[in-house]
Amino acid sequence: MTIKDLCDSGKFTVLNLADEERELGKIFCCDLLSIAMGKAPAGCVWVTVMANINTLAVASLADASAVVLAEGSRLDETALAKARQQDINVLATEEPVFDTGLLIKEMKDG
Amino acid sequence: MEDNLVFEYVVSREDFTRAGEASADVKKKLKALGVPSGVVRRVSIALYEGEINMVVHAYGGNITVEITSDKIIMLLKDKGPGIPDVEKAMQEGFSTASDSVRALGFGAGMGLPNMKKCSDRMDISTTIGVGTEIKMEVDL
Repeated sequence: MTIKDLCDSGKFTVLNLADEERELGKIFCCDLLSIAMGKAPAGCVWVTVMANINTLAVASLADASAVVLAEGSRLDETALAKARQQDINVLATEEPVFDTGLLIKEMKDG
Repeated sequence: MEDNLVFEYVVSREDFTRAGEASADVKKKLKALGVPSGVVRRVSIALYEGEINMVVHAYGGNITVEITSDKIIMLLKDKGPGIPDVEKAMQEGFSTASDSVRALGFGAGMGLPNMKKCSDRMDISTTIGVGTEIKMEVDL
């Protein structure tokens, strides 16, 4: 399953699409950047409510395939520019973190 | 003798918008050099944690990254309060970060442990009231 499949599902708002062919790895839910930095697996879909510029730095360095912002969190202009600059896929939803992670898992499992 | 590649960066105090620029740049350079992705990830994470520490706890500083034929050497020097108890600071979960730093998602006390985990060797040299110097090496 790729980022394109997530985008095409109609369940998410696409904030930045950098690499739609990227495969979705493990689903990782965490709001503490310090923990995500050490534990987010490479290629993961990172579901979080933490939407600041540092989230994008961590996503890039941890090589997440996408950041999915839950609970209606949104990036400000500076953070969005960073997402574009660093080629990070960023999607958003109004749903809570757990529901979002579960939804993606169910989509992945078909 | 083969020439090593050396890159230098300046980290500013309390500038969260720029924290991560050094690690992002090093990541890009290592990828371009064809360094294995696992090594790139470890170096990037170790360096970013170090950068954040310099922004959060110190008054900024300098980072030097040297790429040799068999390893990557990162030297982080800050001007700051120093670390009173290094052993305690190395424990996962121990943090002296402020509430405002925690509100940004940092301050979980994972920085130094992550840096150690990501590097093959790490040395900390600190002087109270002067600053801290951390040397990390990742083997290629």
